[in-house]
Amino acid sequence: MLNLFWIPLLTLIGVFVSLSANRVSRTACAYATAALPAAALAIVISYAPSVLDGEHFVEQFEWIPAVGLELAFRLDGFALLFALLILGIGLLVILYARYYLSEQDNMPRFYAMLILFMTAMLGIVLSENLIQLWLFWELTSISSFLLISFWNHKSEARKGARMALTITGMGGLALFAGILLIGQVVGSFNLTDVLAQGDLIRGSELYPYILVLVLLGAFTKSAQFPFHFWLPHAMAAPTPVSAYLHSATMVKAGIFLMARLYPALAGTDMWFLIVTLTGLATLLVGAYMALFKHDLKGLLAYSTISHLGLITLLLGLNSKLAAVAATFHIINHATFKASLFMAAGIIDHETGSRDMRKLNGLWRYMPHTAMLAMVAALAMAGVPLLNGFLSKEMFFAETLQQGSLGALSWILPVLATVAGIFSVAYSLRFIHDVFFNGEPINLPKTPHEPPRYMKIPVEILVALCFVVGIAPGLVVAEILHSAATSLLQGETPYYSLAIWHGFNFPLLMSFIALLGGIVVYATRKQLFEFQAQFPERDAKAIFDQNIKRIVDAATRIYGTLENGSLQRYTMLFILSVALFTTVPMTKLINLEGARPLLPVDGISIVATIILVVSTLVTLIWHRKRMIALIAVSVVGLIVSLIFARFSAPDLALTQLSVEVVTVILLMLALFFLPQVTAKAASPSSVVRDLGLATLIGGVMATISYAMMTHPQTSIADFFIANSKTGGGGTNVVNVILVDFRGFDTFGEITVLGIAGLGIYKLIARMKLFMPSADLNGIPWSNDHHPMMLATVSRALLPLALLVSAYIFLRGHNLPGGGFIAGLVTAVALILQYIANGVDFMRERSKLNYQWLISVGLIIAGATGMGSWLFGYPFLSSWFDYFYLPGIGKFELASAMLFDLGVYLTVIGSTLLILGNLGALTTHARPEESK
Amino acid sequence: MNHLITLPIILPLLLATLQLLPVFEKSIERQRVISLVGSLTLVIVSVALLMSASAGNVTLYALGNWDAPFGIQLVGDRLSSLMVLLTSLLLLSANLYASAGDDNQGRYFYPLMMFQAMGINGAFLTGDIFNLFVFFEILLIASYSLLIHGGGKHKTSAAVHYVFLNLVGSAIFLFALGIIYGTLGTLNMADMALRVRELNESEIQLTKIGGMMLLSVFALKAALLPLQFWLPRTYASAPGPVVALFAIMTKVGIYSIIRVQNLIFGDSAGALTDLGQDWIWVLALGTLVMATLGVISAPSVKRLAAHLVILSVGTLLVAVGFGSANSLSAALYYAVHSTLAGAAFFLIGDIIAEQRERSFDRIVAGRSLAQPMSIGILFFIAALTLIGMPPLSGFIGKFLIMKSIDSSSALVWAWPLLLIGSLAALVAFSRAGSTLFWRSNGKPDSSKASATRKFIAVGILLSAAPLMSLFAGPITQYTDATVEQLQAFEHDPTQIMAKGVQQ
Repeated sequence: MLNLFWIPLLTLIGVFVSLSANRVSRTACAYATAALPAAALAIVISYAPSVLDGEHFVEQFEWIPAVGLELAFRLDGFALLFALLILGIGLLVILYARYYLSEQDNMPRFYAMLILFMTAMLGIVLSENLIQLWLFWELTSISSFLLISFWNHKSEARKGARMALTITGMGGLALFAGILLIGQVVGSFNLTDVLAQGDLIRGSELYPYILVLVLLGAFTKSAQFPFHFWLPHAMAAPTPVSAYLHSATMVKAGIFLMARLYPALAGTDMWFLIVTLTGLATLLVGAYMALFKHDLKGLLAYSTISHLGLITLLLGLNSKLAAVAATFHIINHATFKASLFMAAGIIDHETGSRDMRKLNGLWRYMPHTAMLAMVAALAMAGVPLLNGFLSKEMFFAETLQQGSLGALSWILPVLATVAGIFSVAYSLRFIHDVFFNGEPINLPKTPHEPPRYMKIPVEILVALCFVVGIAPGLVVAEILHSAATSLLQGETPYYSLAIWHGFNFPLLMSFIALLGGIVVYATRKQLFEFQAQFPERDAKAIFDQNIKRIVDAATRIYGTLENGSLQRYTMLFILSVALFTTVPMTKLINLEGARPLLPVDGISIVATIILVVSTLVTLIWHRKRMIALIAVSVVGLIVSLIFARFSAPDLALTQLSVEVVTVILLMLALFFLPQVTAKAASPSSVVRDLGLATLIGGVMATISYAMMTHPQTSIADFFIANSKTGGGGTNVVNVILVDFRGFDTFGEITVLGIAGLGIYKLIARMKLFMPSADLNGIPWSNDHHPMMLATVSRALLPLALLVSAYIFLRGHNLPGGGFIAGLVTAVALILQYIANGVDFMRERSKLNYQWLISVGLIIAGATGMGSWLFGYPFLSSWFDYFYLPGIGKFELASAMLFDLGVYLTVIGSTLLILGNLGALTTHARPEESK
Repeated sequence: MNHLITLPIILPLLLATLQLLPVFEKSIERQRVISLVGSLTLVIVSVALLMSASAGNVTLYALGNWDAPFGIQLVGDRLSSLMVLLTSLLLLSANLYASAGDDNQGRYFYPLMMFQAMGINGAFLTGDIFNLFVFFEILLIASYSLLIHGGGKHKTSAAVHYVFLNLVGSAIFLFALGIIYGTLGTLNMADMALRVRELNESEIQLTKIGGMMLLSVFALKAALLPLQFWLPRTYASAPGPVVALFAIMTKVGIYSIIRVQNLIFGDSAGALTDLGQDWIWVLALGTLVMATLGVISAPSVKRLAAHLVILSVGTLLVAVGFGSANSLSAALYYAVHSTLAGAAFFLIGDIIAEQRERSFDRIVAGRSLAQPMSIGILFFIAALTLIGMPPLSGFIGKFLIMKSIDSSSALVWAWPLLLIGSLAALVAFSRAGSTLFWRSNGKPDSSKASATRKFIAVGILLSAAPLMSLFAGPITQYTDATVEQLQAFEHDPTQIMAKGVQQ
């Protein structure tokens, strides 16, 4: 005996077999497709004897052991029944579809999706693990989506598919949550454990949630009221799909789930109320609506809904006998409904129409098919000697046994009979309208019998209806017993499958239903007129509208929030920072720390006043860009001075040179900005921004004050102590930059290099408007390169280079270093650009700034990697002291090489930006382009 | 001395700088070769790092041979190795995709991609919080420039938003670092973890302020509500291969949150334990709501992809905010899945935009795609993965996260929002898919077909979806061990303080 895993695995492989059978004939494709499911069926059958003897098989394989997710399959009586249905009917459908599909249809794709669905369905019924069950559950939704939309050029197919997917998908998610909750209660997802812990689950406080969530999944899948509306629209699928998925198998998945979890969830009043009432409503709505459908498949769809409701109702009754009846009806419904769908497909195929107002009198044209369809329809109506009669009898008997509704208990059998009446009526309509009732009206094709083999699946199924109806004890007793036993996880109560039980109430109800059905059908004209008074409700349109409404609402809400305003996003960010920090701020009792304040002197006061005033000037005149720029550069200058004042000469030098470069950059940028300033902000936004700025400014100031007054102990002491001995330099700042934290510097020069490249990338393809005059119409000066400036700047160049070399060399021990030196050199070169023009520089300087960046970074990186050769980590420094006559004792350090990389990168980057931005201002000028 | 751990940083740097030199500068073909070979090498290096980490080794590397906490150190543990491998895979796919022609739409494409990867890898590997800032700057400045690759008004204006917000972010980052350095007196994250245990009352409050500021910066990178609004427009307008690499950017923020939360503000941090955790939880739930609205309303494929990125951020941070070991482990699985799937979907959107005339990637009926079948299959797989449908990685990720959020007070909030998010994605994908692939007019025009290597690039990324599902067992073992390792570091931070080589 082969492993259980092979059953779904074989069909899964079958998917690829079908896909690859695209070169062969259609018949060969069908055979190839059928081969593996047939093999799977053989495996199932090989298990059957032992399962029927009451054994059950569980096989598992670890998947994610940490969370109790296993690949686990289980074959017991109930699973066996479903597996047989799925594979058996599946094979018939494959044969049927061979003749149903036309030359234009992509048969391999169709078969592949059908087999994928078959795999998923087998997965559901054979799952031992609930999460795995859910996995296959969703796979059926997906494959059903693909199958419904098989003719995706049709709008109704696309919409029907989406609707089915959305509804079943929603239910699927609910089911997922339900299963997770079950797992939480039981501590395992394995059915064996879950089914054994029914009392624990029912007693848990989570039970109501579990039940509702699981039932949502089951009801949506099995098209129970009020989620039934997707099923009729799924009929846009090719008929083999309708026969297979939407009557015999997939819609039974919900039923299967309820039955499978019956021992774990059923038995409470809540179960009874929800399941029974939903089933009852579905039964009635389906049976009633079916009568009024003019579309053959529409009638069958609603009839399917009604029968699903019937099974659900039975499961809801909390009676073991009812559960047996439900199981029995699952078998019967699958056989007669699949054959009816196939017959409807044959009729559609051979006449070109499914409209019962046109289809009349087909008996004369296709007697063989008519015979088969009529038998199946009679089984659906519950006529004696056919299988539908038996399970319907059991159903009627069960409704009579129910007492949970107290004094209102009579209502159940009455409504069941009403549903029976309609069921007979629509079955009659199916028979009479289509096969008798005059002559066909305006059919696209002349009706005739279908190909021989197309009828075989129908014949087999109809034969089953017959055999079961006549000799139930022989044919289904065994499997029904084993299925019901495993459904109930215990002994089944006594039941009789006899055809004749004597004159009793159920028989009376059947009789009333038959008679009533005939009466209803006879008076259908009046009924149709009555029904016509109600406006036609197209579920598709309603669904579409609702989706659109949701999309519109989401768009509206989201659109008002994400409005593309940078100001708003910035505000949100700043507000968040303020909000996050206010709570700890309120808890900070001692704002002022233990550190004494420094004495205030006159110079500090003056500098502070200048700082504040220039900040205010920037704020107030921020629309007058030139003034704002000057003011903001004053701010920068004062900051440099503050650094100098508090003994940070390196910082002061750096800040100063950065200021110079930045101001030049901004001047260049100002040239391109629109001269007319934007309109002033509205008063309310000014207030908002002021408030926000005050808030965040206040927060920052408070924190700064607290920080500066709190005593600190830090790793800085280590740097001071080890600067000379470990880093070979007395300038601690520089040693930190190039040695202790050289990696940071390495990163920062990379940033600088990228900035250069990025800005060049941006401006290289910019075409900017060149103002030739200022706002008042006064043209820019024609004297681009004043003589004085040109002369002085040229003289300054060597001097500046010398200074930068000096700053570079002394950096390790005194304020200076590669970064500052690089900026000084860059400024000196920019001055040449400003004073003498781009062309002047191009002629004289062959420096490629991009290469300079590259070389600088490579030097810095290579210095770092150099230490690998000596077995040290990246950027480990080396230094030693040497003596040369004439120069004296001097130091050589690897850090200097690194600093050289810094130096070159800084120059390259600065000039790549400024040189090119500057060039942008000149070349478009008419007088220079000559 | 083993220098492997430096390679994810130094190799991209060298590859980038070399391409600025004359040999490569003028020839895009040479740049393609060196970049693809380089990216592949990076993948191999990352795999080697991951193998070493999964054997339980923690690589500590004292840069400049200075012992921690004085020098900067690199830490190669399970978490950082995983993230580095993820980055390398994205880089390889993005570069492969770009080599079909997108790389030639502007200057410095490959150098900038390499710089960006260097920044991202550095952020993952560094054990020093100031150095983290530096690498944030590298990855940001490179991303600014990459955003405008190919030019155009939309890109530039979206880039301005991005640049400005991130500059504010950088400023706040510096503030935060100043405050934290002021109270803790150190920058090495392990050392910080040691020092938070010895703070006095007012220092604790100050550190809280600094820590919360830090969190707000990370939240900006991670795109947590209300700091996520910039993302959709920016990502949707960025060039395809660039935004594929950007798929990891939000994860850099999330990674930083995880690292800081679990090392510095972990269980031993006294009053600072789980600093800001409640905020993360609440805001992550809000992020899910916003992302759900965004997913439903997305007008184009790339916007949809962008909102799905935010949805994944919400999902991840819900798990992080819940803060149990299981939820963190689930988050790590989900992070890998969502990054790869997100990147793949952006590229699919890019191919769609390329093949449709005028309607680009907008979800409206339009001309038929040139290769509807192949794109359709990729779209379908990506959709299943991103919705969280079985049997692909998205399903496992969502299952792990939902299962890990197991207290009823928390799951009442998280589960419905997570499931509704999935449902919204389902609706959005079925709408988008049926419009794009089925409501098209005209026959496919094969002359507009996209280059095969683009499909290979998407294929590499998407192949993770089934593989991560198939090997979910070993992967969750790895993420579980990762969380254990983080807890062990938190318990004894000295384990991850590097020592230099003895002179």
